[in-house]
Amino acid sequence: MEKRVTFNNLWIAAAFIAPQLFLVFTFFYWPTGQALYWSLTLEPPFGGGNQFVGLQNFKAVFADPHYWDSVIRSVIFAITVTLLSVGFAAVLALFADRNLRGHQLYKFLYFLPYAVPAAAVGLAFRFTFTPEAGFLGALNHLHPGLWDPTRNGWQALLQIILGQSWKMAGYNFIFLLAALQSVPRPVIEAAAMDGAGVLRRMREIQLPLITPTFFFLFVINITDSFVDSFGMIDVTTKGGPSRATELMVYKIYLDGFESKDYSLAAAQSIILMLLIVVMTVLQFRFVERRVHYS
Amino acid sequence: MVERTPLINLLTHAVLLLGLVILMAPLALVVIAASHDFKTVNLSPMPLIPGGHLWENLRAAWVGNNFGQVMFTSLVVAFGVAAGKIILSAMSAFSIVYFRYRLRMVFFWIIFITLMLPLEVRIVPTYAVAANALSPYQGLIDALASLVPAISIKLPEWNLLNTYQGLILPLVATATGTFLYRQFFLTVPEELTEAARMDGAGALRFFWDVLLPLSKTNMAALGVIMFVWAWNQYLWPILVVTDQNHFSTATMQLSKAVPGLAFGEPPVWNTAMAATLIVMVPPLIVVILAQRWFVRGLISTEK
Repeated sequence: MEKRVTFNNLWIAAAFIAPQLFLVFTFFYWPTGQALYWSLTLEPPFGGGNQFVGLQNFKAVFADPHYWDSVIRSVIFAITVTLLSVGFAAVLALFADRNLRGHQLYKFLYFLPYAVPAAAVGLAFRFTFTPEAGFLGALNHLHPGLWDPTRNGWQALLQIILGQSWKMAGYNFIFLLAALQSVPRPVIEAAAMDGAGVLRRMREIQLPLITPTFFFLFVINITDSFVDSFGMIDVTTKGGPSRATELMVYKIYLDGFESKDYSLAAAQSIILMLLIVVMTVLQFRFVERRVHYS
Repeated sequence: MVERTPLINLLTHAVLLLGLVILMAPLALVVIAASHDFKTVNLSPMPLIPGGHLWENLRAAWVGNNFGQVMFTSLVVAFGVAAGKIILSAMSAFSIVYFRYRLRMVFFWIIFITLMLPLEVRIVPTYAVAANALSPYQGLIDALASLVPAISIKLPEWNLLNTYQGLILPLVATATGTFLYRQFFLTVPEELTEAARMDGAGALRFFWDVLLPLSKTNMAALGVIMFVWAWNQYLWPILVVTDQNHFSTATMQLSKAVPGLAFGEPPVWNTAMAATLIVMVPPLIVVILAQRWFVRGLISTEK
């Protein structure tokens, strides 16, 4: 799409776009390029310029079992969070879309969790799940040590999975509800006339019609879980116990800022970037399709 | 729809209510825990009937975490990011849509690609840039100077660590808003531009008097989204603020809210939860007051 009527004063055009270009160059393109450069070089221990080492950093990353652990945990985290929060939000959206009494209040309250800072969500869940107080700690009355996310890695992972799913559920609810509201009422009414009950209409009319939104949300949720888990992890488990919640971004942070190994952190950044780019391309291709059909 | 389904209606209400309980429970627990005294909050399980110590705990958390200053910092950052986004993205979208020059689409893609990679995946090199914001330009000059030695210049250092600029600028450097404005500008009727030009309005006048008033809705939506997003940032602030005793954002402060298990004492959960409550209230208020804009902004920025 192009404008037929445009302005001629190109100085204004340049002046208007320059600040944005400077910003993205300084804080996006240069750092991204720098990550690529660091990932292919090594800083010699006694100073001097970086030396090109080819793919050695990547080989080091791939040879590190801790890295693969963090990848596997990130994948588990991303998939469970996505399924849990999209599934939960879908059930709520389907029922809220029936517009029975009180539906406006529900619709208003459901998405509030998304506005809560991840660090606050993390602390709230850490308190709820803390072994010596809170709620799940009561399980320890049944059997001492039954519940302790500060010792048990899987319980710690479960804790951040639930926290992230809780936060994302509100977000997913907004999109699913918007999608359901755009399903033409006559379609649903026709199904009702043909004798399809409420639940059957949900299953066979509404859900299939909003599959594009599901696809979109799957991509967004998975990308988000890969990238946006840092705040929650840092205030709850700090990657522990014994690396059980050390997801990919957290490991980049630890390697880059705690161990000061820029090359290793940069190589991991590049891998994560590629992963995110693939996801984003998937998403754009899908957006294109949706524009065609709607 | 005219349909009698009493059983399923009952189920609907039950499901919706259960969903509400699950989604509100963590928020409610924070408030309840913040209202207990130290002894009650450490009972397991904690009593669900709120205690009478809410104000006391809020005051203790406020003073203990220096929230007066911390909240101010966060407000400045959140407003700064929202304002920066609104202004810069309106300007760049205007340049891309309303002018015709060869590099136009190149610029559009340069800005658009930044949508792909969030700050979190390039933290280490971005941190290096924040330590000296002129280092990219020094790098460019050095690269040129290796070809033409005459132009070798030493730029001064511009350290953004522990500054508002350092907290704000990298968060502004993405395409979210530009794309939103571009889509909107494309829907503005050509006749408006024609009429404005016929009346002798130049580009600046048209931008200021016609386009900006028309995009109020966009601005509100983008502003609300960006305010909440910036307020909730955690990773970038803890990197760019190295002097955390004197300069801190609200979310960062939470990492210090739970004192460790020193001397085997249980953590002071009641004031920690009071701190959590204080930190999550501003974005919640913004979202509650501006729900319409928030939802609209969310749906249109993600498209």
